[in-house]
Amino acid sequence: MAHRLQLSTIRFFAYTLTKVFKNLFRSICVNEEGIQRLQQAIQEHPVVLLPSHRSYMDFLLMSYILYTYDLALPVIAAGMDFMGMKVVGEMLRMSGAFFIRRSFGGDKLYWAVFSEYVKTILKNGFAPLEFFLEGTRSRTAKSLTPKLGLLNIVMDPFFKGEVFDVNLVPVSISYERILEESLYARELLGVPKPKESTSGLFKARKVLSEDYGSIHIYFGQPVSVRSLSQGKIDRCQFNLIPRHIPKKPTEEIQGFVNDSAYRLVRAQEENMVLKPWVLLASLLLQNHHQSQASGQRPGLTRDELTQQAAWLRDLSRQYGAFLHWPDHASPSEVVSSSLSLHRGLVKMSEGRIQLAVEQGGQVNPGEPRTAVTPEEELLNRAVVILSCASYRNQALHVFLRPALLASALHAASSNHKQEVFNSFSFLRNMFSNEFILCPGATVQDFEEACFLLMKTGELQVTEHEVLVTERGQRTLGFLTNMLDPFLQGYQVVCRFLCEEASEALTEKQFIPDVRKFIIKHLLAGRLRYSEVLSSDLQKNALAALLRLGAVQKMKGAQQGTLKVNKVMVNSLEDTLGGKLPTQKAAVARL
Amino acid sequence: MKWNGWGYSDTRFLFNKKGQAEFTGKRYRLSGLIIPGLKDWMEGTFGASVQHKSQATPILNSSSVQPPNLNEAFVEELKSTGVPYSHDAEDRVFRAHDCHDDVVKIVELACKHNVCLIPYGGGTSVSSALECPPEETRSIVSLDTSQMNRILWIDEKNLTAHVEAGIVGQDLERLLNESGYCTGHEPDSMEFSSLGGWVATRASGMKKNIYGNIEDLVVHMKMVTPRGVIEKSCQGPRMSTGPDIHHFILGSEGTLGVVTEVTMKIRPMPEYQKYGSVVFPNFEQGVACLREIAKQRCAPASVRLMDNEQFKFGHALKPQVSSIFTSFVDGLKKFYITKFKGFDPNRLCVATLLFEGNRDRVLQHEKQVYDIAAKFGGLAAGEDNGQRGYMLTFVIAYLRDLGMDYYVIGESFETSVPWDRVLDMCRNVKARIVHECKERGVQFPPLSTCRVTQTYDAGACVYFYFAFNYRGLSDPVHVYEQVEHAAREEILASGGSLSHHHGVGKLRKAWMRETISNVGMGMLQSVKDYVDPANIFGNRNLL
Repeated sequence: MAHRLQLSTIRFFAYTLTKVFKNLFRSICVNEEGIQRLQQAIQEHPVVLLPSHRSYMDFLLMSYILYTYDLALPVIAAGMDFMGMKVVGEMLRMSGAFFIRRSFGGDKLYWAVFSEYVKTILKNGFAPLEFFLEGTRSRTAKSLTPKLGLLNIVMDPFFKGEVFDVNLVPVSISYERILEESLYARELLGVPKPKESTSGLFKARKVLSEDYGSIHIYFGQPVSVRSLSQGKIDRCQFNLIPRHIPKKPTEEIQGFVNDSAYRLVRAQEENMVLKPWVLLASLLLQNHHQSQASGQRPGLTRDELTQQAAWLRDLSRQYGAFLHWPDHASPSEVVSSSLSLHRGLVKMSEGRIQLAVEQGGQVNPGEPRTAVTPEEELLNRAVVILSCASYRNQALHVFLRPALLASALHAASSNHKQEVFNSFSFLRNMFSNEFILCPGATVQDFEEACFLLMKTGELQVTEHEVLVTERGQRTLGFLTNMLDPFLQGYQVVCRFLCEEASEALTEKQFIPDVRKFIIKHLLAGRLRYSEVLSSDLQKNALAALLRLGAVQKMKGAQQGTLKVNKVMVNSLEDTLGGKLPTQKAAVARL
Repeated sequence: MKWNGWGYSDTRFLFNKKGQAEFTGKRYRLSGLIIPGLKDWMEGTFGASVQHKSQATPILNSSSVQPPNLNEAFVEELKSTGVPYSHDAEDRVFRAHDCHDDVVKIVELACKHNVCLIPYGGGTSVSSALECPPEETRSIVSLDTSQMNRILWIDEKNLTAHVEAGIVGQDLERLLNESGYCTGHEPDSMEFSSLGGWVATRASGMKKNIYGNIEDLVVHMKMVTPRGVIEKSCQGPRMSTGPDIHHFILGSEGTLGVVTEVTMKIRPMPEYQKYGSVVFPNFEQGVACLREIAKQRCAPASVRLMDNEQFKFGHALKPQVSSIFTSFVDGLKKFYITKFKGFDPNRLCVATLLFEGNRDRVLQHEKQVYDIAAKFGGLAAGEDNGQRGYMLTFVIAYLRDLGMDYYVIGESFETSVPWDRVLDMCRNVKARIVHECKERGVQFPPLSTCRVTQTYDAGACVYFYFAFNYRGLSDPVHVYEQVEHAAREEILASGGSLSHHHGVGKLRKAWMRETISNVGMGMLQSVKDYVDPANIFGNRNLL
């Protein structure tokens, strides 16, 4: 733990980073009014910066930007693994990072020292504190379910009256092209994450010669913990115990911290700048899967793609996406320039643009091509698909609620509103580990989805019925397809648990086993989406099943083994597949 | 006495023809003097301007007041007892004249005719305790105890005095001084507040470090309730006879009965008194010093720590100096503290001290306290500053009335808080006041300042002043109430108490339940139900 701020180190970083960034990126865009708001906030109360976490670059970028704008440099809570890097670890420390273990494993002393350290930084208020709400880098470009520990710690001084207020500033950093693109995909497919090392960093310098487009950093509206908690938290509860004695937060506070965390992650999502490529990736992915299923020639002509992209651009704007689509250029120019930046993922063949999935070794051009097994080929293809999916995922939050509704309509046996709602609420509940869905906001989400789809004339919602209009078919088809890989993925995981899971299945063994199962199905052509190979999706599915009680973690002698309630898992699978109607068990009614 | 402001009618602040502030009358050390810094301070702090004046309502005439709601039968019978009364617009009070027995008669009559009684002592309440509850439909009788103002006897062997409860603080002190004694109970309101009022609100005096608070001073008391008279049978200094019934009376805020006679401790007048003051580089250091003094249990008779805003305010109230020499010395002092010692004039704060007792002991005590202060960066800043600090307490209420003439409204409130939260609470409450004023459209930054006025073993009493310029607001009183409410919430959330000595009244009733728990409320309620089932003492304070 502990950081040691040294100006010389920071100047060194600032100098090299300027060089590096100039090399890598076309531009770094920052919202200056956000900087001004931040400046103001820093003067008023202690500030906590909460950037999104998609890349190693994130915290370097943050410090770099604050340095450039002459603001106080943040003190950053970083994962312990960075400390292992020689020299650089120390240098990070000197530029304001301090290192913490990823999990404390009940080490009370560690927790006490750590939280006291963080609180002291906060209370002194000399520098903003910075940490990642998502806890770790998101390999899929979807926001991760927020971690609450640190947020709890930074709110604590306010609850206990030690500071007047704390300002939380969500920061969204969006990359046009992520440095770790294929690295993430490989990791999701089971190649373990390489250990952070200085030599690794040097090896990574070859990325310097590539073009990674531009970066957008959006400093969101500061959120005051005081106004957030008004009427929700009774601060008097801390009056009777000395404040330095650590106490487990009450349920009331845990709930509040959880809600706030979701709100902040949503704010991060909403301020993410989406590039046209994100839309193209979504279209190309869908096209890829459809052609695979129907046996048509894969790909789209340039005109088709341009026309579809323009349609999707308008749709996403109507849904309030923060889309950065250069309006002065013609759509076809925009499409071309996006495609050229992502040359590794797309190819042109016979005038049709499609995903670059066919040549196996494409991803690692340096290595000599060796004979590949069907399994390796599949994995190679999956790398491209997953990389592409990670771009589509950037836009998921825009379409998520309407897409859930579209899938619910698809699954529900009638157009009866209550039934659609039940189906919606089932799907939402199922996927709440996968996407950022604020707990307890089912009705709001449903209404938001209805509102958006009605606004664009795709849906008619009467008192009792939800009807799809003529022009709504295309949009709803698109939305359903967007969610389909996830639906299929969860079903496969369920099927695995029913068919293959042995009595002695451990949590550790789950991912490798389910991966084997999925590869088998993919090779046999029983499954369309190689995206399902993503270990992130598999973990989320398991977490959802654990949450719903369909799978239980055993304690005691067989620690770590999973006990599967096969009847329940089976019925969940059928419901996901639309074979079973949603049960009336839905808690909230409209 | 003013009916529409604080204190004596001849005493007030005003801006004279030259535009300089002046304090009229002869009663105070500041009286008759010109205060040159006040105008600039008011303009600088509130953005108030001498040009913008809002006059007070000068006289009350009977036409602007609702006609009294009289219970004729009660009035008839009252006449026959010979108790004087009046229902003129300006007094509209009944007077309990002479003695305990009169009060017994009035309470009996009130019970018989179902009339609501509100005991009235000095009328200095700041918790809306004396306001008639608007929901009350019965005839309301304000029972003024001001004529029960005699010392009945002094017992020099036990050092106690038996006093009628209507006596006003300064009279009590003066009369006892004549016999060479004092009570040592000196709340800031002692010029006007009464002994009965002190008992009813659990008052605290500034010299409580030597003499104790009211609950420590009272040996015996008599209260007339609708059930009859409650008192103890002896004057034992301490008793183990179940919960102390005095504590039902102390703080009952006129909801159970009227306190008529009190036996209280007295002390020989102190041989020697010495004021003092210490300047600290900042408030944090000052609080740390007070905490240390409390820890060593060597607090002087009074010690008060003002924050920077209040220090500046005190500075603005310095009267014009006559000689060039004095102003030269003042300049030199200022130079020494800010330039030589490096105190930031926008951060420094000052503690005022009062030592009392045997001359040698006072000097020794003084040295001990200054030595502690030095450890926290404190510099002794002279007797004069200390004395002026205490004088200001009496004058400040008049200043509020001056403020009101120029669109400034303000009030003070207090709390008690454990030592470890003093700084946090002060900062939070002051910040909350500024925040709320801004939120509610107050055009000018408010005055939001505090001082630590009492030290205890486990905590301190903190006093806040809050005032703002309400020009441009349509309903300033409402804004004022909202801000005060928010400030109290902040106090409670920061670990402070609902009240240290002002009491609950009707102003702070809303927080009683969370303060003393449901069971606690039930206990108080059941006492009320037994003692006063017909709610004769119906001022509806507290519960």
